[in-house]
Amino acid sequence: MSDMNTAMVEKYRNDFLKEVEANVEEGHWVKMCMQCGVCSGSCPLGPHWAHPPQEIFMMIRAGKRDEVLSSDSMWMCTSCYNCIVRCPRELPITHIMHGLATYAKRLGLAPKNQPTSQFSEIFWNNMMKRGRVNELKLGLSLYFKDGFSQGIKNALANQKLGMNMMKAKRMSPAEFFGGHGVKDISGLQKMIKKAEEIELAKLNANK
Amino acid sequence: MSDEKKFAAFICTGCGIGDRLDVKQLEMTATRDGKMQSCQTHEMLCSKEGVAMIQNAIDNDGANHIMIAACSRRAKVEAFHFPTVAMSRANLREGVIWARPEGDEHQETTQEMADDYIRMACAEVRFMEVPEPSGEQGEVKNILIVGGGVSGMTAALEAAAAGFHCHIVEKEGQLGGWAAKWHKRIPFRAAPEGTPNSLTAHLPEPVDNDVAELIAQVEANDKITVHLNARVTRTSGAPGRFSADITTESGQTVTENYGAIIQASGWKPFDIDSLPEYGHQHPDVVTNVELEELARQAGDGPIKRPSDGKEVKSVAFVQNAGQAADKEGYLPYHSGIGDLVSIKQALYFKAQNGEDCDTTILYNNLRTPGAAGEDFYRSGQQKMVIFTKGEVNEVTSGGNGATVKFKDKILDEDVELAVDLVVLDIGMVPNSGPDPYAANESIEDMSDEDQQAAKEEMASETAVTVESILNLDYRQGTDLPQLKWGFTDSHFICFPYETRRTGIYACGPVRRPMDIKQAQDDATGAAMKAIQAAVHAASGEAVHPRVGDLSYPRFRKEGCTQCKRCTVECPFGAINEDEERYPQFNESRCRRCGTCMGACPVRVISFANYSIDTVGQQLKNVEIPDEFEEKPRILVLACENDAYPALDQAAMSGQEISPWARVIPVRCLGSVSLSWITDSMNSGYDGVIMMGCKRGDDYQCHFVRGSTMAAERMRKVGDTLQTLNLEPDRVVVHEVAITDIERAPRLIKEMEEVIERVGLSPFKF
Repeated sequence: MSDMNTAMVEKYRNDFLKEVEANVEEGHWVKMCMQCGVCSGSCPLGPHWAHPPQEIFMMIRAGKRDEVLSSDSMWMCTSCYNCIVRCPRELPITHIMHGLATYAKRLGLAPKNQPTSQFSEIFWNNMMKRGRVNELKLGLSLYFKDGFSQGIKNALANQKLGMNMMKAKRMSPAEFFGGHGVKDISGLQKMIKKAEEIELAKLNANK
Repeated sequence: MSDEKKFAAFICTGCGIGDRLDVKQLEMTATRDGKMQSCQTHEMLCSKEGVAMIQNAIDNDGANHIMIAACSRRAKVEAFHFPTVAMSRANLREGVIWARPEGDEHQETTQEMADDYIRMACAEVRFMEVPEPSGEQGEVKNILIVGGGVSGMTAALEAAAAGFHCHIVEKEGQLGGWAAKWHKRIPFRAAPEGTPNSLTAHLPEPVDNDVAELIAQVEANDKITVHLNARVTRTSGAPGRFSADITTESGQTVTENYGAIIQASGWKPFDIDSLPEYGHQHPDVVTNVELEELARQAGDGPIKRPSDGKEVKSVAFVQNAGQAADKEGYLPYHSGIGDLVSIKQALYFKAQNGEDCDTTILYNNLRTPGAAGEDFYRSGQQKMVIFTKGEVNEVTSGGNGATVKFKDKILDEDVELAVDLVVLDIGMVPNSGPDPYAANESIEDMSDEDQQAAKEEMASETAVTVESILNLDYRQGTDLPQLKWGFTDSHFICFPYETRRTGIYACGPVRRPMDIKQAQDDATGAAMKAIQAAVHAASGEAVHPRVGDLSYPRFRKEGCTQCKRCTVECPFGAINEDEERYPQFNESRCRRCGTCMGACPVRVISFANYSIDTVGQQLKNVEIPDEFEEKPRILVLACENDAYPALDQAAMSGQEISPWARVIPVRCLGSVSLSWITDSMNSGYDGVIMMGCKRGDDYQCHFVRGSTMAAERMRKVGDTLQTLNLEPDRVVVHEVAITDIERAPRLIKEMEEVIERVGLSPFKF
């Protein structure tokens, strides 16, 4: 994997494009982008991206491997699917963005402390424990992800919201102690493990 | 037919004419003022019975000059088609009742309008003759085709299929032109309908060159004669009786007669060596034309770079090299098909040098016209051709391979891209002969002194001009006039094949840059037009735009002062000079616009059914009320092609037209004689409006220069008005398009306001 991270990619060659095709979900579509920019214009978060989708696609084709994989842009996608709906070439843009993010993370190139990335990880670990999301713990882990004092501050800031949710019985403090889960937790975990194995085998086969 | 004129009037009372107007009064006007010998009415004149009534008058009563008062002359032309007689039409429907509101307060002026139109139409027909064909030419089923490329060959095959003999004159030693040299061609068809948008869908790919088959078809066709290594060294005559000398390299000349001519002289590649920044001096920087040769040499094997014969592993295409830029030495236009060519060539590399060969196309605006266009683009993308919007600044090379320096306009950064081979997308330059008007048009707007200087400069330059293609012995130059950038003039929307020389049609890349498919479609159209021209010339009929018109310009020799204005101003070079230096009209070259008639200062040029008198008498027969009645009269001379239909359309859509206006359709504003303007002023009209088509580079004039000529002549009308002590505002020229249905009536309204301001004409008697 470390070899790949330092792979020399030449400009405007197909090397990186081919790497993306082999490793990124729906990556085969990148070459079909016609640079109309409708995706960038349609993205509600567009102005906040360093590189909107259209530009990311061009960067891939221009062989800008490091800039693409270490970019924060594809992590900004909120999966609203506006771009997919509007793309005249019918590219699955949202999926490609998530695919790129996943690939960057796998290579360890994704930006550190990226909030979306952190949240995803917290969410996944939380869910995998009992097969259900423990919302109380999810909220708390999120509050305290940047340290104890920041956590207290975050909790106080949302105090009123939390109290109201408890009053309305939308959140239970009892969840802090274990919380409820699915019936067959070990079965679920085995299932996920098997899925991960299949995916990895697929990725290795692509290489 | 007897020489005696017998006049008959017919008034239609249908479409509300009878309800709105006093028909008895109209009949009286026709017979008393209009001097018609008979007048009949019918409640629906365009019906079978109505038409039969007219035909009966022609057949049995000997009527040979008829006046029909009904709808506009543009309506019911099929019903009111009486080719054996002279005919005028009074426009009572669109011109009067639809243009005026109902109501008692308007009745008087509406009836006056109708009476005037009857008087005008009667006066017009009294001064008409029955048009008859000149018989100057017979049917010649031969067509001369200059150029033996795809366009020329296609035109020949199409015309031959319609039974015409074709002679192809090709300056090279073989047929096929540039297209025969291509490795493969751009696909003509899109992916079949229903092809899914998938990454594995079968999309169009470069197609094997099939020009050889076209050549074989031409050679096998016994209606097509091919002259190789030959040029047209002289062309004389007119449609239906062209005569051309075809001279071969060895000096042999054959002379043949032709009904019509097609110029398919094609194109040549832009000379990119004049722009060193593109680095064409380096061996591994080639043009897209040269790449075809490299690809052909390679057969189906890998394409090798010229410097050292290494297999090409990376290639960059520089789009729009030396074109579409407002820079010194660049082509000012975009050749349109270069992006398709580069996609095709990038796919050569993918197919012959392997999928791993990196191909990058640096485009500005990617344009892929034609049926296969978008699918062909996707086909390139599918095979991993990289497309990026890039502005190339320089191509350099240190020996083998080359480096393209460009700005990536999507990523907004400067890039240096090193590749094995660079392909330059160069433009297509038309193979036109010298433009007969180039000298005059470029200096039109200069002062007299500058014009003189420019003329002298050009005279020294023209010593090295391009070789003539047609060698026409026309007074107005040897070749087809050009509009812009050396391309043959044609109206690309309305009449794409018409050049400014009747019966000579241009097709293929000499008209505009195009690919094989477009050129074939173009050539087919030109062949159809050429056949039409030959057939119509034989029967003495005009082809375009006055289809079927039998009238042609004649002149009274004894009155002619040999001033040459008609020969100079004819937009179509129809008029030569004879040995005695009198104008020599070539009827079948003529489009019947009457620009010569408008030009003639001594008024000796006329058509059988359109002359100084047919219009002059119309305007004189309008009743001009004396000044105490406070009813102004505005003469509107409206071009029959655009302005007149715009006024008709205005009336149809319920726009009011001033009750003071009297509209006379003219064939072209170019035919307007200054005498009509002075006559109308002397007769007491308060204002004159001339409505013609848009002039200039993006002209809409059906006769190309007619509107421009009129505008030039009318610039001098101010002096005439001043000698009459009249305000110059009283005479205006407007450009009116056929779509100006709200504006046209408004322009008349504006003249009403001018008259209100300056007062009625003092010339009312």
